[in-house]
Amino acid sequence: MKRVLHDPVTGGDPLAAGIARVVAVAAEYADAVDREGRFPHEAVQALREEGLFGAMVPVSLGGHGATLAELAGQTQQLARVCASTAMVYAMHHSQLACIVGHGLDQPWHRAFAERIASEQLLLASITSEVGIGGDTRSSLCAVEVADGRLTLVKQAPTVSYGAYADAFLVTARAHADAVASEQVMVTIPREQAEMEPTGSWDALGMRGTCSIGFTFRAEGVPEQVLPASFAEISAEVMVPVSHLLWSAAWTGIAVEALSRARQFLRAQARRSRGVVPPGAARLVRASGEIDGLRARLAPLIAQFDACSPLVDGAPAMSAEEAHWPTGMACGAALNMLKLDVSETCYDVVMEAMRICGMAGYKNGSEFSIGRHLRDIISAQLMINNDRIAATTGQLLLAQRTDLGTI
Amino acid sequence: MERTLRAILDDVGGLARPADSLSTRDDLFVAGLTSFATVGVMLAIEDEFDVAFPDALLVRSTFVSIDALSAAITSIRDEARAA
Repeated sequence: MKRVLHDPVTGGDPLAAGIARVVAVAAEYADAVDREGRFPHEAVQALREEGLFGAMVPVSLGGHGATLAELAGQTQQLARVCASTAMVYAMHHSQLACIVGHGLDQPWHRAFAERIASEQLLLASITSEVGIGGDTRSSLCAVEVADGRLTLVKQAPTVSYGAYADAFLVTARAHADAVASEQVMVTIPREQAEMEPTGSWDALGMRGTCSIGFTFRAEGVPEQVLPASFAEISAEVMVPVSHLLWSAAWTGIAVEALSRARQFLRAQARRSRGVVPPGAARLVRASGEIDGLRARLAPLIAQFDACSPLVDGAPAMSAEEAHWPTGMACGAALNMLKLDVSETCYDVVMEAMRICGMAGYKNGSEFSIGRHLRDIISAQLMINNDRIAATTGQLLLAQRTDLGTI
Repeated sequence: MERTLRAILDDVGGLARPADSLSTRDDLFVAGLTSFATVGVMLAIEDEFDVAFPDALLVRSTFVSIDALSAAITSIRDEARAA
């Protein structure tokens, strides 16, 4: 049977009960995680217990074979209660996607995918590097192979939840003589790594992601290098999955802030019957913005699911059949999505803050928007929007298809 | 065609070594071409050869080697003649 385009469903039925329990746990500890700037241990433990770190692993390897639509729905639900937990979940799956999309034909990675599902391993990404700025498509460090052993040393300025992850996907130059852009991706379980923390994480928002720097030293076997080039892995899997799941997380933050604002307006309306609260006009505008983002995000997720190599079961459509953009058009579409979602969600949260006024500005009330505002600012900074805008401008001017035609 | 392509690659390709040191089959991405720089290469080729790249050719494989670039230019010209 051929795969069909479908609407994203929230959570996916088999996992709905599990995610609901994780959401409850994450909600209980979200303020403490934020206040103390600590890892969301309780919610992550709940994700493990529900088997959700194996959500994207194929059923035949012990996972749930979840679609990106399902993962996006789960990420959005988590983000409504604890953005840090949602980002951990999104980043874990962006890395797992690289293994599922490009590693399952290789015995080492196939066995490792099974381990991820059975042991509920949490994956982190080490793409940034001291000396290259935020350009994930360049590396200074290189994989060295001698006598059948692989070694790798990387100075990483930011590794989200690096201290708590069970395995790392690390980018590096393919060999000692490779240029900066000739990269590979290597899977390193924690037991093979030596990690020396550098710096600390006392950030404005996303305080539970604990994104500190590390000097990372690893030793393994050459089979731990994913068989495709990182250029391919990045374009086909990592960038689409990470941008779509991040967008799900960011819209979750904005939806929650706006729901609080609506509650606030409702309470105001109850107090003065027959008078429309002055903030209602802002609610209308902000709801429209969120609807616009959903209309943007849902088809991209469905198209990706229809043609990606990640989805378990029915064979994939071609990218063309699924209307999934390829080549430069794909990079441009995802970059523009990231720019728009990160900025619009910030605007929406700020509108919610204006609606709630002092009740939103204060911490500890049912109308508090402070944590949401601090969390959503990160969206514009993680892979800085200015950098993305420059790249995207370049990609767009290369294309000839009319912009915005239906 | 090949000589012009090499000149363009030296000019805007941002390669780690001179284009003359590469064979026409060598992987340009291994030689340091980035996806960002491919746009500059494309625009320069359009100028020099008076061709227009359709969106379908804006993929990595079009820019992977001097041979691939030559083939792309030839196919665009053939398309144009057939039209």
